[in-house]
Amino acid sequence: MKDFIRIRGVSKHFGDFVAVDNVDLDIAQGELFSILGGSGCGKTTLLRMLAGFEVPTAGTIKIDGVDITHQAPYDRPVNMMFQSYAVFPHMSVAKNIAYGLQKEHLPRKEINKRVEEMLELVQLSDFRKRKPDQLSGGQRQRVALARALIKQPKVLLLDEPLAALDKKLRERTQFELMNIQDQLGVTFVVVTHDQEEAMTLSTRIAVMEKGRFLQIGTPLEIYEYPSSKFVADFIGTINTFDGKVQRLDEDSIVIDCEEAGTALTALGKHAVEIGQSVCIAVRPEKIFVGKDKPENDDDARIQGVVHDLGYLGNLSIYRIRLANGKIVLVSSQNRRRSATRFLEWEDEVWISWRPRSAVVLLD
Amino acid sequence: MKSHSRFVISVLAFGYAFLYIPLVFVVVYSFNDSRIATIWGGFSTRWYGELFRNDQVLDAALLSLRIAFTSATIATILGTMAGLVLARFGRFRGRTLFSGMITSPMVMPEVITGLSLLLLFVTLQQLTGWPGQRGFTTITIAHTTFSMAYVAVIVQSRLLSMDESLEEAAMDLGGRPGRVVFDITLPLIAPAMIAGWLLAFTLSLDDLVIASFVSGPGSSTLPMYIFSKVKLGVSPDINALATLIIAAVSLGVLVAWIAMRRLRN
Amino acid sequence: MAVDNALNRDQLWRHVAVAVPYLWLLVFFLAPFAIILKISLADPIIAQPPFTPTFDEGRQLLASADNFKFLLTDKLYAITYLRSIVMASMATLLCLALGFPMAYGIARASTSTRNLLLLLVVLPFWISFLLRVYAWMGLMNNYGVINNLMMWLGLIEQPIQLMYTDFAIFVGLAYSYLPFMILPLYATLERMDLDLVEAAQDLGASRTRAFWDITWPLAKPGVIAGCLLVFIPAMGEYVIPYLLGGSESLMIGRVLWDEFFVNRDWPLASAVAIVLLLLLVVPIVLLQRYQAKNEEAAT
Repeated sequence: MKDFIRIRGVSKHFGDFVAVDNVDLDIAQGELFSILGGSGCGKTTLLRMLAGFEVPTAGTIKIDGVDITHQAPYDRPVNMMFQSYAVFPHMSVAKNIAYGLQKEHLPRKEINKRVEEMLELVQLSDFRKRKPDQLSGGQRQRVALARALIKQPKVLLLDEPLAALDKKLRERTQFELMNIQDQLGVTFVVVTHDQEEAMTLSTRIAVMEKGRFLQIGTPLEIYEYPSSKFVADFIGTINTFDGKVQRLDEDSIVIDCEEAGTALTALGKHAVEIGQSVCIAVRPEKIFVGKDKPENDDDARIQGVVHDLGYLGNLSIYRIRLANGKIVLVSSQNRRRSATRFLEWEDEVWISWRPRSAVVLLD
Repeated sequence: MKSHSRFVISVLAFGYAFLYIPLVFVVVYSFNDSRIATIWGGFSTRWYGELFRNDQVLDAALLSLRIAFTSATIATILGTMAGLVLARFGRFRGRTLFSGMITSPMVMPEVITGLSLLLLFVTLQQLTGWPGQRGFTTITIAHTTFSMAYVAVIVQSRLLSMDESLEEAAMDLGGRPGRVVFDITLPLIAPAMIAGWLLAFTLSLDDLVIASFVSGPGSSTLPMYIFSKVKLGVSPDINALATLIIAAVSLGVLVAWIAMRRLRN
Repeated sequence: MAVDNALNRDQLWRHVAVAVPYLWLLVFFLAPFAIILKISLADPIIAQPPFTPTFDEGRQLLASADNFKFLLTDKLYAITYLRSIVMASMATLLCLALGFPMAYGIARASTSTRNLLLLLVVLPFWISFLLRVYAWMGLMNNYGVINNLMMWLGLIEQPIQLMYTDFAIFVGLAYSYLPFMILPLYATLERMDLDLVEAAQDLGASRTRAFWDITWPLAKPGVIAGCLLVFIPAMGEYVIPYLLGGSESLMIGRVLWDEFFVNRDWPLASAVAIVLLLLLVVPIVLLQRYQAKNEEAAT
């Protein structure tokens, strides 16, 4: 169902402050959807409206065809995993997980059976009698997850699920979450400020800023085809070159770019006019760097000097200084194993990229 | 990093000595055989014996205990409600007044609180005939009123430092707000409520001024009895009584400390 | 828990939770002040109760400001109010001088020692206040322990008059209210990052400079709270001046008590209470403001 979750015209005002500004969103059943944005962008408010802890000032929210906009949190087929996990400190792991089912007044045998199933799913079977203060952060998170999922909600909301975990645990948990979601088929809505998290976990991402959605799409769409400078900059790093449209060809645009010192080509049709100010954006990993002048005429080719470099083991990152002082970020995989570095400070280099690698951004 | 300057340590030592030395002497002199408290007449426990034969003291003690128990319990219930309201109910009409009324009894000079409550009871009697006899009920009401302030502050402070998502999580899982209070909130603030009860109990047991104002003939609390004797000067049977109270409190605190240690492990 | 749902039963419980303590306080705390005001405007009579009613037979208002006029013009009362302010202030300063280093020392102690130290500060508080004041009577008596000790040490020849002096009242007040100063101070100092002092010293500040520049400003909220928690009740203190003070060291709490119990002049006692309240309004409001700020900081 394409609009399993249907958000229409939802706004939330706190006095004069507009936290969420008239947003629309459709989330399909079984998706792992992320709302990505910096702090204060409104994503948490939107999540709380989905959960029922805030009531929209305007708009409706429907889940599986049912209007839940004004339903209390305890009546909704929605469950939430809180950022602090909110595991009840005075109850054991098993009692925590059983809590939601007890509120449904199910028979004890049934509850115990399902609790056991859940414990197995999150691999905490041996911990059923433990109290939360005897668990690690990651274990507490699994308790929170089990506790929410046992009620078989239609939608599971996750508030910054990976924020409190260290890097290794984060990677493991990411895949565990994706597996569980796959197994159970529950629709996940994740709220996060971490773009890596969003990119890894999600089927689709909505980038949110100042209460509005800037772009909604798959991780690939957002990364390779950002719709604005903000989105392009927010996800990963990107190099931008400002310029004016010089020529409109059949399936490409040529931009006169003073910053680059040369004309740049970008593929694709765009609704622009000659003379219009636009910017061309290229991701660092799409740029080649080397001491020899690149052969391909089609490619953008610019000369520069290595201003700074960083060795990251698997990657090397370079900051190349162009003639007019502009710094371009280039990253390349260290595909060859060598005892010396490929480039050094102040080396004179050529940077180049394929026309297809550039994106035109209008703002 | 935790350097202890000599100045601070000596002040600490002096401070604690200041707090405890008077009590030490009271205990010592309670075993003084001489009736004149300032001259040592030999070791004796006769004052303790006399204490237990003194009906006045026993009646006063019993009355004080009953009042303390009752007022502490009611104060804990009311104070917990007030603490919940202040910590969880956000803004509502009349909140500033509520908050002010909750905290004021803690600092108000006792003569003012005592006088005001007595005048209230007198006026009520003029208008409605109740309370006819001032004593247990009026003192209990008075003690409840100032004790609930302390309980409210303790409970509120505990609630504010508690993760609010716990209650939201319970609601998210299907608990109605009322159920959530019993399932989650109360169990977690139980230690604060107990501490509040103990504090209210102590304050009630200790109060002299307010009880003097709102009590009636025939209802003398323990502090009132002690005061009437102490006005006349130092006396060894009061020393004995004081020692018993010191012992009881110390014992209670020791038990509580051990219990808390056990709970933690 | 800002859930604005329309479920009537839950709303009802919310209203009950607010209403019950609210009503209790309105009746047993707030209303009495109005009654004090009313009675302060009456006259004493030999009757039960011993003051004139507000309205007489002909439903005419029988209020008079005689009591207040008396208070404001009689020198004795003005001096007593002033003396109460001075004594309460001195006691507050004494508590601060002794309590601040103690609170600081406790805050810097290791966690386990800290709890023990705090317990020892609070423990006397749990032993009857009256009995602790009584303990000082025994110590400061002309033939009490302090005098005996000093004579035995040869410091003095005749016992010095310690009891029934202003000095005795200061000691008594400081003794009783010290925990009220230490606890809020400790709470503020404990929250403070003591690394700041080290950072200042690392940058070249001497110990005293570091204290005045870093510790004192950060501790100020606790200092203010502690001072108010001592000053306000100390102003109206009755027991300590009565038992430890002389007949010339009158404090306003004692005046109120005597007017009420000895002279049976309820209206005048009420007027004394009202004026005392007016004097305390500013400190009490300051304290409320401080506690409100504290609440916000904690959330």
